[in-house]
Amino acid sequence: MTPENPSSSGSHNARVLLEVREVAKRFGAVEVLKRVSLQITAGEFLTLLGESGSGKTTLLRLIAGFEQPTSGGIWMDDERLDTLPPYKRRVYTVFQSYALFPHLSVRDNVSYGLEVSGTAKAEIPGRVADALRMVKMEEFAGQRPAKLSGGQQQRVALARALVNRPKLLLLDEPLSALDANLRKQMQGELKSLQRELGIAFLFVTHDQDEAMALSDRIALLRNGALEQIASPREIYAYPATSYTAQFIGQTNLLRTEVKGGVARWGSLQWGTLRADGSAIFSLRPESIHLHADGSMPASSVRFRATIRQQIFSGESEQLELDFEGHPLKVRLHTLGLLSGEQEFWFSPLDAVAVRD
Amino acid sequence: MYTRAYKTMIALPPMLWVALFLLLPYALMFAHSFWTVRDGVILHQWNVQNYVKLFQNPLYLDVLFRTMRIAASVTLLSLLLGYPLAYYMSFYAGARKEILYQLVIVPLWISYLVRGYAWKTILGSDGVLNGFLQYLHLTKEPVSFFLYSPFAVVLMLTHIYTPFVFLPLYASLEHIPRNLVEASHDLGAGSRATFLRVILPLSLPGLLAGTTFAFLLTLGDFLAPLLVGGPSSIMIANIVQSLFGTAYDWPLGAAISVCILLLTVSLLFLTERLEKRWAFR
Repeated sequence: MTPENPSSSGSHNARVLLEVREVAKRFGAVEVLKRVSLQITAGEFLTLLGESGSGKTTLLRLIAGFEQPTSGGIWMDDERLDTLPPYKRRVYTVFQSYALFPHLSVRDNVSYGLEVSGTAKAEIPGRVADALRMVKMEEFAGQRPAKLSGGQQQRVALARALVNRPKLLLLDEPLSALDANLRKQMQGELKSLQRELGIAFLFVTHDQDEAMALSDRIALLRNGALEQIASPREIYAYPATSYTAQFIGQTNLLRTEVKGGVARWGSLQWGTLRADGSAIFSLRPESIHLHADGSMPASSVRFRATIRQQIFSGESEQLELDFEGHPLKVRLHTLGLLSGEQEFWFSPLDAVAVRD
Repeated sequence: MYTRAYKTMIALPPMLWVALFLLLPYALMFAHSFWTVRDGVILHQWNVQNYVKLFQNPLYLDVLFRTMRIAASVTLLSLLLGYPLAYYMSFYAGARKEILYQLVIVPLWISYLVRGYAWKTILGSDGVLNGFLQYLHLTKEPVSFFLYSPFAVVLMLTHIYTPFVFLPLYASLEHIPRNLVEASHDLGAGSRATFLRVILPLSLPGLLAGTTFAFLLTLGDFLAPLLVGGPSSIMIANIVQSLFGTAYDWPLGAAISVCILLLTVSLLFLTERLEKRWAFR
């Protein structure tokens, strides 16, 4: 597998590696997953994103084999996976709390999978050394996990899984226990490692920034159902639902009435292809511009609004507007203190119709 | 901060306790072991005769080795009973855990003597076991070796000390994070490999504690031989008891006690070293 142009959402290899078909899971009366279907292509970085309780970890555990689906099935390379015990699945997991074996050295932790699967004895030391080099932990090979920092344990957990040369690696919020700086650094390393090795990653997180930064595609889960699955750019630019629009990035939800191809919101109106009736539009804060800031397309929607609050965040100015009693969030990249009533505009093309 | 006087005041009662009821008796015992008894009077003449007698008379060494054999048997049997039970309860019992735990604990609330007499009733010539075997026509005559044999001692002590082995084992198994078991399965290890490579090594501290309990408690036991053992299963503590009692040879009794104490302390020292090595966190 050659990782040419890895940023193009896994298109370098479109072969389906794992297929989750109509998988449902209930614990007693609680339906944790509701007939979820999705596919992972070989070499892809797919993120399961969602709030706690959205079912993302459950889906991961179903694929790893720690839980059994109530209905539906999971296939990998056209082989049925969900009927196999976890130790027969060629799928490896990086656990949230690392789950390193405390009584084994770093080296023995990493060689564990090779030993129990009957890999030729002569082959093991070389592969363990390679895996440790990959995560820059070779000098810690003799240490016990308790002696390592969180970030180092994280690397060992990664090496322990990667040494088995999985086609699919499952990562359960692997960075959540790290502090912010280390987290950013590990994100970068994870991503480059994934590109280098061409292994498909199924990554669970509740952090949308992390999901945006790392993924080829994001699968957003909500209450056990798949809300939307798309590339980070697509899911940000074209959220399918108001929930997605609010969960991924910030947005303004404009609840409009459409009549004869014209959407009306307060005193504003713009052309749309939506059918008559009520419609919700998502308008990102950075899609609203200050009138004074230069060229404005002819079709743009202009309005005057009062500035309620202004927060300076370094690279941008965050405004809280009041437009006819509706709050509006705006992000401006021209810096400077504003006050009173100002004229703003947005392009109707940036107002994306979403389902409720 | 607390004043020096306050600290002393707090520390004084336990220190007095230890001095009065631990250090002083040990010192007396130690001193006695180097004295001698003549015509029923203890003479304060320092000598090592008691220790010489101890190692020259095969009776004492025989009994000591028998005691250690019995202790080893009890320990092994308690482990064979206690480990599977603890493992099953910790990993597979689910909701039945609580009730099973109580069932294991309940015998500890019953007097040692009552349990001893119960075994006597079960194992005796006209006991429950023989009655049952004859009822089934498996035996014609009552089987006599059930009671008053080392077998009976081992059986009774195993019954009594299995909970002592079980409890630390169960605690250490309960402390094993379950995601380690998942990680092991995830890496391709089946149940057997997971048990041998992860669960067993991580339960070693509990195993060690249980082994120590069973072995040392059996080593010092003198009631089981009296109740169900008979002359063929006299243990070292019975010798000590009779030397301090009817035989009135306190110096020799003290010498044996010192030997047992040394044995116990060196075992505890050894297990502590091992425990430190096996403490992974």
